[in-house]
Amino acid sequence: MNPRRKQRLITVSVIGGMVISAVSLMLFALNDNIDLFYTPTEIIQGKGETGVKPMIGQRLRIGGLVVEGSVERNQDTLAVEFELMDTGPKVTVSYTGILPDLFREGQGIVATGVLQANNLIVAEEVLAKHDEEYMPPELAEQLKGIQHVKPSEAGLNSAPSY
Amino acid sequence: MFTWLHPYAKTERAYALCNTLLPYFLVTAIVGLVVGIIWGLLFAPSDYQQGDSFRIIYIHVPSAILSMSTYVAMAAAGFVGLVWQWKTAYMSMMAIAPVGAILTFISLFTGAAWGKPMWGTWWIWDARLTSQLILFFLYLGIMALYAAFSDKTQAGKSAAIMALVGVINIPIIHFSVEWWNTLHQGATITKFGQPSIASSMLWPLLISIAGFIGLIGTLTLMNLKNQILRREINRPWVTELLTTKEMNVNKEAN
Repeated sequence: MNPRRKQRLITVSVIGGMVISAVSLMLFALNDNIDLFYTPTEIIQGKGETGVKPMIGQRLRIGGLVVEGSVERNQDTLAVEFELMDTGPKVTVSYTGILPDLFREGQGIVATGVLQANNLIVAEEVLAKHDEEYMPPELAEQLKGIQHVKPSEAGLNSAPSY
Repeated sequence: MFTWLHPYAKTERAYALCNTLLPYFLVTAIVGLVVGIIWGLLFAPSDYQQGDSFRIIYIHVPSAILSMSTYVAMAAAGFVGLVWQWKTAYMSMMAIAPVGAILTFISLFTGAAWGKPMWGTWWIWDARLTSQLILFFLYLGIMALYAAFSDKTQAGKSAAIMALVGVINIPIIHFSVEWWNTLHQGATITKFGQPSIASSMLWPLLISIAGFIGLIGTLTLMNLKNQILRREINRPWVTELLTTKEMNVNKEAN
């Protein structure tokens, strides 16, 4: 490699290295703010090492699993209330509106709303989060004991039983 | 080490190499896309959670994964251009750029179409979606920067620097779902260990990815051939090539 090429190679590598370290530092500094949502544990016990808790009245997103058996629907309106958890304490979410097709007990969801008390959120938007596993229904039943129901049917059939 | 590559810095050799490689990519593209997409859309089993909606994976995942690969390929070409100062490297870089931009657009578009029925929203500013949108803007920026200079060596240099700086976005896109909480799911196949997708669904996906690779190769090579011809229009070998082609066309017409 001739000296001029070598010099160019070094220049390009040094610039590249500087950009990488600059961006890494920026992302590291912004780390907490890039998260899309708080987990229920973070809402109640505070976030990460800083331990900063969200304030009551703050607009935020919460993401967690819908606790089995916690979904309570109002028979006359679209109001629904359910609990979310990850590994620690539970947070109650109340919502009025149409839930996404994938919403069911045990499903991961992300809700946007206002924190009313330290464990109660009034949501204005509920989104379903699905995991990275894909398999045919027969296999899911075999592996996980999940009964196959189409998302739309699940909503229709299970509603009266709540 | 790379001396065997040096002849391809000459546009004539690069043009000939394009012609040699083109049929292989074209066949892979046709076979892979036809088999992969028909198998995926019609014959693969439906998902236990998402039903038939998951089938958009056969377009979404290949375009999303390969939009990142093409970016790395483009930046590598830019790097070679900067260090060795080959104009064929800059031309390859610019031949890949529009293909990558369209792939990125397809991944964003199919992602939105998939997000609405499954998540309940077309778009959310989570780390994965946002960083992929930035990738799209990077592609557009590189093409715009290249087009802004009339001196094409200068243009290639600037675009290559921008492409190289943007490489930092690639690991961010890939790891965004691990580093931060996102609505987007984690990695299904591009991770260490067993892919978390049933093999009856995985095979058509892999074939579809192969088809997309073929398509990307085909489009890039065709684009590169065009770029070479346009840049070298006054060179004797191009004139010769074009006149023989013209003669053949005239012969057929007569």
